[in-house]
Amino acid sequence: MVVKNAKGRPILLNMVQAIHENKQYLGDIDGLIGDGDHGMNMNKGFVTYGERLGEDETTFTDGLNDLGMVLLNEIGGSMGPIYGTIFMDMADSAEEEEDITLEVFAKMLEAGLEGLYGIVDARPGDKTLVDTLNPCVECMKKAAAEGKDFAQALDEMKDCAETGKESTKDMVAKYGRSSRLGERSRGVLDAGATSCCIMLKAMADGMKSVLE
Amino acid sequence: MQRILNNPDNITDEMLEGFMRVHADIVEPTDNPRAIRAKTSTKGRVGVVTGGGSGHKPAFIGFCGEGMCDAVAVGEICSSPTAKAFLDAFTAADGGKGVACLYGNYSGDNMNVKMAVKMAKKMGLTVKTVCCNDDVASAPLAEREKRRGIAGEIIMYKCGGAMASTGADLDEVIRVAQKAVDHSRSAGVGLTPCTLPAVGHPNFEIKEGTMEVGVGPHGEPGMEVCKLESAAGIAKRLTDIILPDYPFEEGDEVSVLINGMGATPLNEQYVLYNEVAKILDAKKIHIYKSYVGNYLTSMDMMGASLTITKLDDELKKMLDMPAYTMGFHER
Repeated sequence: MVVKNAKGRPILLNMVQAIHENKQYLGDIDGLIGDGDHGMNMNKGFVTYGERLGEDETTFTDGLNDLGMVLLNEIGGSMGPIYGTIFMDMADSAEEEEDITLEVFAKMLEAGLEGLYGIVDARPGDKTLVDTLNPCVECMKKAAAEGKDFAQALDEMKDCAETGKESTKDMVAKYGRSSRLGERSRGVLDAGATSCCIMLKAMADGMKSVLE
Repeated sequence: MQRILNNPDNITDEMLEGFMRVHADIVEPTDNPRAIRAKTSTKGRVGVVTGGGSGHKPAFIGFCGEGMCDAVAVGEICSSPTAKAFLDAFTAADGGKGVACLYGNYSGDNMNVKMAVKMAKKMGLTVKTVCCNDDVASAPLAEREKRRGIAGEIIMYKCGGAMASTGADLDEVIRVAQKAVDHSRSAGVGLTPCTLPAVGHPNFEIKEGTMEVGVGPHGEPGMEVCKLESAAGIAKRLTDIILPDYPFEEGDEVSVLINGMGATPLNEQYVLYNEVAKILDAKKIHIYKSYVGNYLTSMDMMGASLTITKLDDELKKMLDMPAYTMGFHER
């Protein structure tokens, strides 16, 4: 099974919609140990991309690249360069592909994580979105190596994203603004790990809807 | 919320529009609405750039002008400017001798500056950076590289900007800006929380009758919460944090900067200054120059920070040179 790269539109729109619907939720989570603007900034970036796309079709990789550019060039903050880099590096690694196979998608996710590691010092266990993204990368690489069914692998990735996000609850922040809190950051979810989970699940659902 | 606002989501744009109208004698727009430049020319000398989130007025656009910063990247409230805004500020400040980007140590700013410097390099523009980390309360001395930049940034802009205006090369500008940072120590107290206009309610709590020692400029929690003290008590607490960290000792010459966090009246800031000066007098630490006012605020937070900078002849000369910006004048 593959996702045709040409059929990117429903995947991207699913991601935009998921972030938009969770604007308030992400803001509330961020407000607990951050400054409360995470939902607002993410929403602004994703919705701006959605408006630019309008009624147009897009390939999956072009869509990720364009979304990344909006976040990087128009949103700023920490999330602009973080998600901008993840999406643009994912797109870069597969822009030549007509068919996104499970193997290609695993490589895309890995490229996104590697790009992220190039600009942040956060690693697994630091209570950041790395704790959501990293297990998803590992899960997809394993699924690809085992030659698993694409749809089943995407479902497993959704579970990994959820588990990864939940794991940040018991962590003490070691990177970013909330790291100043030390022990006081324990007990609540990390906002970036949460938005990353929402985004990856929406991406997986969007991909499942166009699997052929 | 008792505020003068239209749509709070548009506060940065509307504030900028107003600012550009008022200070049209000092600053002008660039092609990027999120990068502004000073009217003074940088031709043949190093350009100085800073940037940061909005919500700290006068920082950061208020230090754009003669003798300080030549261009400033503007972010949303409490949010770093984009890499593109930093890049466009670099281009605007470029006078052919390279650009010094002087900014504060926050993860978003670090990432966006890093990406912008890389993009500038591809365009053939050399940018070197100094990252201000003067807030003693934000990490122990052994982890000084993790400390936030707060009002020590003003001293960094002043010294770096002054050196650039002498026509010195990029390495000299970077050296003196770094020296200003290395010689500066700051700490603050927060008396009330701050509110992001688009969020509408405070994002943390400081209970009536208490104060947060070492509070950060976005409401980051400090070292401890204690009972609200008198101005003399606060001055003692802040100097007890700051003086041993450098350390500042008898016979040193220093500058003292009291920075209001937005909602503390100037009256009270002068009272705090007076208490700090008495402590330094008693320790025979000589105050060469003093500044009191709202320099790097935290929206509507009540509180103040103290910055002490150890001066040598070079830094004194840098501080004495003229500057004309919205937020800082020197004749």
